[in-house]
Amino acid sequence: MITIKNLKAKIGDKEILKGLNLEVKAGEVHAIMGPNGSGKSTLASVLAGREDYEVTEGEVEFLGKDLLEMEADERSREGLFLAFQYPVEIPGVSMTNFMKAAVKAHREHKGLPELTAKEFLALMKEKKQLVNMDTQLSQRSVNEGFSGGEKKKNEVYQMAMLEPKLAILDETDSGLDIDALRVVADGVNKLKTKDNATIVITHYQRLLDYIVPDFVHVLHNGRIVKSGGKELALELEEKGYDWLLN
Amino acid sequence: MKTEDDIMIEDLSSKEYEAGFVTEIEMDILPKGLSEDTVREISRLKKEPEFLLEFRLKAYRHWLTLKEPKWAHVHYPAIDYQDISYFAAPKKQAKYNSLDEVDPALLETYKKLGIPLEEQKLLAGVAVDAVFDSVSVVTTFKEALKEKGVIFSSFSEAAHEHPELIRKYLGSVVPYSDNYFAALNSAVFSDGSFVFVPKGVRCPMELSTYFRINASNTGQFERTLIVAEEGAYVSYLEGCTAPQRDENQLHAAVVEIVALDNAEVKYSTVQNWYPGDKDGKGGIYNFVTKRGICKGHHSKISWTQVETGSAITWKYPSVILRGDYSVGEFYSVAVTNHRQQADTGTKMIHIGKHSRSTIVSKGISIGQSNNSYRGQVKIAKSAEHARNFSQCDSLLVGNRCGAHTFPYIDIENSTGTVEHEATTSKIAEDQIFYCQQRGLDQEQAVSLIVNGFAKEVLNKLPMEFAVEAQKLLAITMEGSVG
Repeated sequence: MITIKNLKAKIGDKEILKGLNLEVKAGEVHAIMGPNGSGKSTLASVLAGREDYEVTEGEVEFLGKDLLEMEADERSREGLFLAFQYPVEIPGVSMTNFMKAAVKAHREHKGLPELTAKEFLALMKEKKQLVNMDTQLSQRSVNEGFSGGEKKKNEVYQMAMLEPKLAILDETDSGLDIDALRVVADGVNKLKTKDNATIVITHYQRLLDYIVPDFVHVLHNGRIVKSGGKELALELEEKGYDWLLN
Repeated sequence: MKTEDDIMIEDLSSKEYEAGFVTEIEMDILPKGLSEDTVREISRLKKEPEFLLEFRLKAYRHWLTLKEPKWAHVHYPAIDYQDISYFAAPKKQAKYNSLDEVDPALLETYKKLGIPLEEQKLLAGVAVDAVFDSVSVVTTFKEALKEKGVIFSSFSEAAHEHPELIRKYLGSVVPYSDNYFAALNSAVFSDGSFVFVPKGVRCPMELSTYFRINASNTGQFERTLIVAEEGAYVSYLEGCTAPQRDENQLHAAVVEIVALDNAEVKYSTVQNWYPGDKDGKGGIYNFVTKRGICKGHHSKISWTQVETGSAITWKYPSVILRGDYSVGEFYSVAVTNHRQQADTGTKMIHIGKHSRSTIVSKGISIGQSNNSYRGQVKIAKSAEHARNFSQCDSLLVGNRCGAHTFPYIDIENSTGTVEHEATTSKIAEDQIFYCQQRGLDQEQAVSLIVNGFAKEVLNKLPMEFAVEAQKLLAITMEGSVG
């Protein structure tokens, strides 16, 4: 699915990723954990193609293509999805219009005809159920006036609409109470197939009770310093990060 | 090094003007220059009744005493009023009884502009009057309207067929002495539309006029007069385009609206005059006076405008709220790109008791353009319990454009309520990235965000026009990436 080799990236003069290696195969769930400032969110941003970061070295192959050569929107259409830690508000643009434009762009890319209004509404309805979105949500402007929980649900809802090959969840658990966490995790699990993959970036082990990873990696100072199975997360929960970092 | 912003702005700024073609057609054009003789000649060519010539001459003589206004936040070289031709008409100019008689080249022009001239478009429910340079070419659906007693015709025709109405209402809202450009228009106006909706009639379809400047070195000075009698309702649409030319062309129109007791007039404009090229060469100077009077109680006048064209726009559609409980509305989206300058807004003059007005203005500045909102809210002594709400939002794309707001508030009655809200924002990189992450390219992202910003106003447009306006916004945002 995705192979990251020796990835180095900086913002301004500050190098944040310092030679990161990671391979994720179809059907797998990887969790990336680590203390604040270790580069977790930077990794998500660099993979999604945010322009603020400059990649100075390394390669990223995504489904056989050079990911770093692609614009952010191409990466999306090729099947890479980022669930934002802080989803952005776009006043006046309804969720329906926003998703319609996005789905259209994705379908065009695949050479599929545009959905009819009826088909599109049916699709929205189906996917909304997945994250228990109340119906009004889609009449509202993108993320405008949404609570923290609604924003995160909305990210998973968009993920369901676009059916990505690789989903990166950036701190999707932050700001969620336990019920919302369960709903969001449930949505992500339902979307899991043997053909797609998920990278879960999180600070806490809590989310991993619900989205169970195949692999856990610890990111520190821009590199992966330890990898293991799901037990590693529990060990981290118990002992903290210090024993790994020293 | 170019920043992300610069690249984006260049992309956005390189949109092309799609209505920029010229129609080859034989024209009768008056020689350049303006004098009393020119005014008389225009009136003679149009075989006008005596009172109109008198009106023109009074206006011309008054105009000579005026100076061009300089208070607007726009800059342009001095206009040489002797270097303009004040009348241009397609040569084959007989009376048209059906579309078959109209010069095919003209019809082709309107087809290119996407105007539903053919009668078969009846189902679309839009009646069209098309003004080509100075002369009204064809008015569709006249018969259907006639049954209801609605008059919708070219101004010239109305001057012949309904002189009493023209005499009664012409200049009653915008007197020739109102301002420099209104005086000029009153002296040399060529044609335009006349609408009269009699007492108690709801006009059964949207009425629409398309204005087109084709000839070079001519000015267009159209005059529109809309009268809605007691309890009448009419929705009127106006669209404008002009060919791409290197020299500037002057457009000084006057629109007057009269609404009697319980009448409602909705006036929507999609203005797409040629804006000039990206270096600011050419383009239309759009100096327009639009004003309506809510003469009767419970009357309502509503202006909705989408302004994307013109090198310079100087335009303040206004409402005089004379009737008690009358309502004035102004909804505006003005987009400026390249070196365009727009100074636009409204005036709401409250005279009647319990009169209400709403102003929603959305300015979008791109490239090196300047976009100003200028609005006046006046609550006269007599206007007990009058209310106004104004909202002016500006959106900036890039770092080289400007947005300005000049609100004037003048309250002489302490029972009045006036609220003014204003915001200025920049399209955030974050918003664009978010859209891109969902698969939209940068252009689509900006277009979506801008449409969202303008939505409140676009929603006020009649359905068909709203679609056109959205397309127009998208074109304005479009880059020629390649």
